[in-house]
Amino acid sequence: MKQTLLTLRNLTKQFDGKKVLDALDLDIFDGEFLTLLGPSGCGKTTLLRMMAGFEHPDEGSITLGGQDLTYTEPEYRPLNTVFQNYALFPHMSVFDNVAYGLKMEKRPKDEIRQRVEEALAMVQLEDFMRRKPHQLSGGQQQRVAIARAVVKRPKVLLLDEPLSALDYKLRRTMQVELKRLQRELGITFIFVTHDQEEALSMSDRVVVLKDGLIQQLGTPREVYERPANLFTARFVGETNFFPGTVDNTNDDDTITVDVFGLKRTFRKPDFSVSPGQPLHVLLRPEDIRVLAPSDEDGVAGKVVERNYKGSTLDSVIHLDDGTEVLASEFFDEDDPTFDYRLGEPVRVSWVDGWEWLLPAEPEDVPEEDAIDA
Amino acid sequence: MNRWLPRTYLTLVYLLLYIPIAVLVVFSFNDSRTGYEWGGLSLRWYEALFNNRAMVRAMWNSLWLALSAATVSTLIGALTALALHRYRFRGKNVLNGMLFVVMMSPEIVLAISLLAVFLLVGLQLGYVSLLLAHVTFCLPFVVITVMARLSGFDERLPEAARDLGANDFTMTRTVLIPVIMPALLAGWLLGFTLSLDDVVVSTFVSGPSYEILPLRIYSMVRVGLKPEVNALGTLLLAFSLVMLILSQWILLRSKR
Amino acid sequence: MRNLMQQPFRTAVLVLVWGWLLFLVLTPNLLVVGASLMTRDPATFISLPLTLDAYRQLLNPLYLDVFLNSLYMAAMTTLICLLVGYPFAWALSKVGKRHQVLLIFLLVVPFWTNSLVRTYALKLILATNGLLNNGLMALGWIDEPVQLLYTEFAVIIGLVYLLLPFMILPLYSVFEDLREDLLRASHDLGAGRLATFVHVIVPLTLPGVLAGVMLVLLPAMGLFFVPDILGGSRNLLVGNVIKNQFLDARNWPFGAAASIMLTLAMALLMFAHKLSKRRIGEDGV
Repeated sequence: MKQTLLTLRNLTKQFDGKKVLDALDLDIFDGEFLTLLGPSGCGKTTLLRMMAGFEHPDEGSITLGGQDLTYTEPEYRPLNTVFQNYALFPHMSVFDNVAYGLKMEKRPKDEIRQRVEEALAMVQLEDFMRRKPHQLSGGQQQRVAIARAVVKRPKVLLLDEPLSALDYKLRRTMQVELKRLQRELGITFIFVTHDQEEALSMSDRVVVLKDGLIQQLGTPREVYERPANLFTARFVGETNFFPGTVDNTNDDDTITVDVFGLKRTFRKPDFSVSPGQPLHVLLRPEDIRVLAPSDEDGVAGKVVERNYKGSTLDSVIHLDDGTEVLASEFFDEDDPTFDYRLGEPVRVSWVDGWEWLLPAEPEDVPEEDAIDA
Repeated sequence: MNRWLPRTYLTLVYLLLYIPIAVLVVFSFNDSRTGYEWGGLSLRWYEALFNNRAMVRAMWNSLWLALSAATVSTLIGALTALALHRYRFRGKNVLNGMLFVVMMSPEIVLAISLLAVFLLVGLQLGYVSLLLAHVTFCLPFVVITVMARLSGFDERLPEAARDLGANDFTMTRTVLIPVIMPALLAGWLLGFTLSLDDVVVSTFVSGPSYEILPLRIYSMVRVGLKPEVNALGTLLLAFSLVMLILSQWILLRSKR
Repeated sequence: MRNLMQQPFRTAVLVLVWGWLLFLVLTPNLLVVGASLMTRDPATFISLPLTLDAYRQLLNPLYLDVFLNSLYMAAMTTLICLLVGYPFAWALSKVGKRHQVLLIFLLVVPFWTNSLVRTYALKLILATNGLLNNGLMALGWIDEPVQLLYTEFAVIIGLVYLLLPFMILPLYSVFEDLREDLLRASHDLGAGRLATFVHVIVPLTLPGVLAGVMLVLLPAMGLFFVPDILGGSRNLLVGNVIKNQFLDARNWPFGAAASIMLTLAMALLMFAHKLSKRRIGEDGV
């Protein structure tokens, strides 16, 4: 049922001797909402510009439904772009901006008028047709840019950080809006962002990029809950990394790991483990439990920061060995033990089974402890 | 600070700037020959002006020269600005520097250097030498005007046009040129005025075959007072004013 | 890296621009340098051998006198423009935005108006029985006309009149950028008006001052038609000397050497301007 629409093979690109994309392979499905996520300079924008035709790869190919597009000029590609700062033509009205692409296709006047009106209605701007771009708010300009791109009925819509110029609240609204639009149109959206929250909330699949290499490709849930490596874990959401050592591998597909001197039993990870091997125990702040100092479970520490966030209460706790722990608990007014003051001793624990294990990566481990892969 | 002191001062300086111009305009309608006393209202100097065939020819020559110099310098200047804006090439800073030097050089330095090169290649001094010289000193002003517009130009606009199906030529026609049009017009008007006003460079590079207005005025006003010059000056002033208002209007309208 | 314009187009534009500048800016200037090192020749303007005679002639007391006098008039012009223009630009930057547009417009109108005509208009006022003398006599301040025209005074007045806007505009632009909070900060830190002026306003407006000086001082040495119209035979500018040497006396090497002096003065001023900008952290031109 999932049909591949766009196939990227071995895409490589250098700028001034620096590799921006490194032999990248990616299959993009028809009708999916795919997000390219990564820090600035990770190659996500270059990748998008390559699909749009503004850059050409040094090596590799781009095919769309079997048709090679690698060196096709932008004007001949059935893909359209929503640009970062909208790039609306300042000398044209909203109508003329949206009609531009159809005029280039030499469509009849009546058809242009009808399709432009439809596109503007879809983004709720039918009353603004005669305005010039600078007479619109940022959010409205954004909608015009979207209408201008989708009116051409492209097979793929490319969105280059389209929400980065909007304030937080408007950004949330536009996220919902974009999602709705994508469902209605049923076309593939390829969305570039450096905002992990945005990526997780909107996408069917997320591609995490770093240094021109795909770090992980998966659903938002996979990327968040089961990060493939330390980079993804750090980049997508906040995470506590606890150093652990494998104590024993058990028969029932579990392993015992020594964390802060506690023996905990975890599910066996999908990488090979042997006793004595160091690894990372990853726990999201919301998986952490803050317990009273009298509690038997957990590790002793001290509250150093408390931030009330409305629905949650975020704390920073320093363990006795100096490790910093982030905890995010749902606010519960009725729980008397909930409110710890700064400096108060507490104990930190978690529910086994919510953890995620990653092997220690070479650069994280002192030489003598490094293990053979 | 007292509010009135600065205002009085501004008014005073403006008065000093405009009194000579006002005197010129008033005296252009003066019937008296001497030019110092008021002899009643008259249009005789305007009549004398238009009956002077050499003067009228110089006027047309000047207009034609200013038109062609402004047009050529706008064309080359706009292309230069585009090249400076869009391309990375060797010697870009040298090019920039040369334009800046041309703009800052005392006109007379530019004038003699141009005269030297025209004589070296054996170019007959006349319309062509004037045109080349005028385009040269107008060029930096056009480049600066267009560059200023381009620096505010969103790099993504040409890409957006391509993305929506426009080829290179169509993009230039439908996006690039309309966006920089106000700067082109402003640059053209500036070039036109600079050319029409120039005395220093023209003194050196013009020949007897092509007499232009500023040089004709120059030869008239060197000695004594010529009432026709009042009339001519008033006309030129009115003309410049129209041009200036036009250019300001274009710029203001484009900002809206 | 962007290939939006086709290569042939790019090549054509660059060839055109470079060609123009090489043929009409670089070559001509090199020719002038060359001419200044040659020997005067009545028939071909210049001839070999190479010599420094032209530069030696610049030091001839007769010409040295002219140059110093020209420099003096240009310096006076610049000084008057600065003294008039500095407070003017300051006051202008304080005017409400709506009026400012109109006032700037009024300031550039003269710039767009024929300078010969404006110089001539001064003649109407300064002549022996011109408006100024008549007015002063009518007021009873003077008993008989004073000789104003064909004096050094008239030349300086003419130069100031033509060049004042060139001083005001760069000054206005630095005053526009001068942030009010810097002045308040200075007052807040205990500086009085004078101390604020000396330590804050002057350094921050210095680039504007130097730009203005550059735009006034150099033309004030070159605008030969001003002394021609308003001055006497002894009130010559460097521009008049250059013009006479090229068009009348036919002594090209000497005229070229004089013009190179002007170019050097320009280079010096441009350098000072750049330094002053760098000092307040605004690089570039």
